[in-house]
Amino acid sequence: MSAIATSIPAIDMRDLTVGALSDSTNAVAENVTWRVEQGDFWVVAGLHGAGKSDLLMLAGGVMAPLAGSYEFLGEGMPIFSDERLAHRLKLGLVFDGGRLFNHLTVAENIALPLRYHHNLAATEVGSTLSTLLELTELTPHARAYPSSLGRNWQRRAALARALAMRPEVLLLDTPLTGLDSRQQNWWLAFLGQLSRGHAFYSGKPVTIVVTAASLREWRGHARQFALLDGRRFSVLGDWAKLEQSDEPLVRELMGQTNV
Amino acid sequence: MNGACPVNDSTTQRSSETATGFVFRSPLPTSYSNFIGRLIFRFLFTIQGIGAFALITVGVLISKFGRNSKVLRPLVRREIARAGTNLLPMFCFLAAALGFLVIGQVVSWLSRVGAVNYLGVVMVVVVVRELGPLITALLVLARVGTANVVELGTARATGEVEALEALGIDPVHYLIVPRVAGMAIGTFALTVYLIIGALMSGYLWAFLQDVPLRPDQYFQQLAASLTWVDFVLLALKTVSFGSVIAMVTCYHGLAQPLRLEEVSRATVRAVAQAVIGCVLLDAAFIIIYLATA
Repeated sequence: MSAIATSIPAIDMRDLTVGALSDSTNAVAENVTWRVEQGDFWVVAGLHGAGKSDLLMLAGGVMAPLAGSYEFLGEGMPIFSDERLAHRLKLGLVFDGGRLFNHLTVAENIALPLRYHHNLAATEVGSTLSTLLELTELTPHARAYPSSLGRNWQRRAALARALAMRPEVLLLDTPLTGLDSRQQNWWLAFLGQLSRGHAFYSGKPVTIVVTAASLREWRGHARQFALLDGRRFSVLGDWAKLEQSDEPLVRELMGQTNV
Repeated sequence: MNGACPVNDSTTQRSSETATGFVFRSPLPTSYSNFIGRLIFRFLFTIQGIGAFALITVGVLISKFGRNSKVLRPLVRREIARAGTNLLPMFCFLAAALGFLVIGQVVSWLSRVGAVNYLGVVMVVVVVRELGPLITALLVLARVGTANVVELGTARATGEVEALEALGIDPVHYLIVPRVAGMAIGTFALTVYLIIGALMSGYLWAFLQDVPLRPDQYFQQLAASLTWVDFVLLALKTVSFGSVIAMVTCYHGLAQPLRLEEVSRATVRAVAQAVIGCVLLDAAFIIIYLATA
């Protein structure tokens, strides 16, 4: 029984056409066929404007594909009906820049999905909230409003908010962009722990998909890589295959170009 | 040379016409009919959009009634405070001003024709049925409706709505339902306070003008002029005003993709359309009053 359950891919896209979030009629990627197994750690790389965020929004169920099929843990996406909401909540999405709710404090932002889906009062989310605040080192900023925080803390708050419902699959849009090396290391270490099995998940590995404008930082952390360029999505494989690749853009994203 | 003739001819003709004469003498240029056509289509699309948005909101309100109550109830309370309690000081001032205004104008005319006994009737017709609800609606629109468009428009422009959807939270349930409920209740409550305050201050002004009318006579006149229809229609009217303001302002803030620089324009559009909506609704209630009279 468990063998059948684990054989269901976390993300299964077949001949998918991805529209832009700002203009859904404009295709940013075509013929995307991609299978993400449960427990995988993927990085989808591409230059700015390649459509990485749009692909992630589609994977996150925010919009529907223009063509093709997309199944998330065995069920068609996107899911908007209340009856299938529990399945939808197995997926967490961290937006580029966080997209926190500016009228709520950091603690209120993180607690919102917990309160809404479990119908809890503000005083009833204490233990999970404090755990998430500690995990992301946000306890000193719990009462701050997002606009008063730096980019790194806003992004951590968005991560904590996405983790609140303990999703099985976590999608993160360019989490390392604009961060200094210390912050980047924290993110890489934390995502690595989640991927291997964090205590917050009782040791169960989380499936992670990350978009990135550079591949270099993910060496030794992510296990699978893909490239999005010129409406074409291509699976690259693991780091060893990346190093054998002679595609100029891949080498450029790996920081190995001789300019 | 001949090629320029038609232009010169028309210029000569136009100079001998009145300013608006060309409208009646020459065929209407395509651009004018396009302009009017666009206006009509935009109006119809707006009606369609607001109507669909209102139906979706009502559908969510009914289908999710009582759900997520520990999150939604504080939001509804906050909206009642915003559209009701927080506006009370301003409405106390307005109630006093409205009473003075109506009685001040009416007393001098009623005294001339010896019809002071109709003071209560005038107050009921003017304040309870018309000015009270309409003034309240317009002020709620100015103070809270505009804030609605700005808040929701900014949330839409900065991607907060997508963030809600990604968290599995229905944006209509979380953002719109509390606003509609809060503004409907708040507008109703404020109108009641405004009317009570205006009726009281009206008598005060009449007393200061030496009108030979005892308080008990004044309130007897008011009570005699009020029927159950007034109470029912007042409740319906104010709740409808609050709902229309909430729907129109929320529609312009949330229902369409917005960029930050478009929020101010959306606010202006929402205010104009909400005013038109309230006035049309008021006209419909006048017909109902006349039909039940």
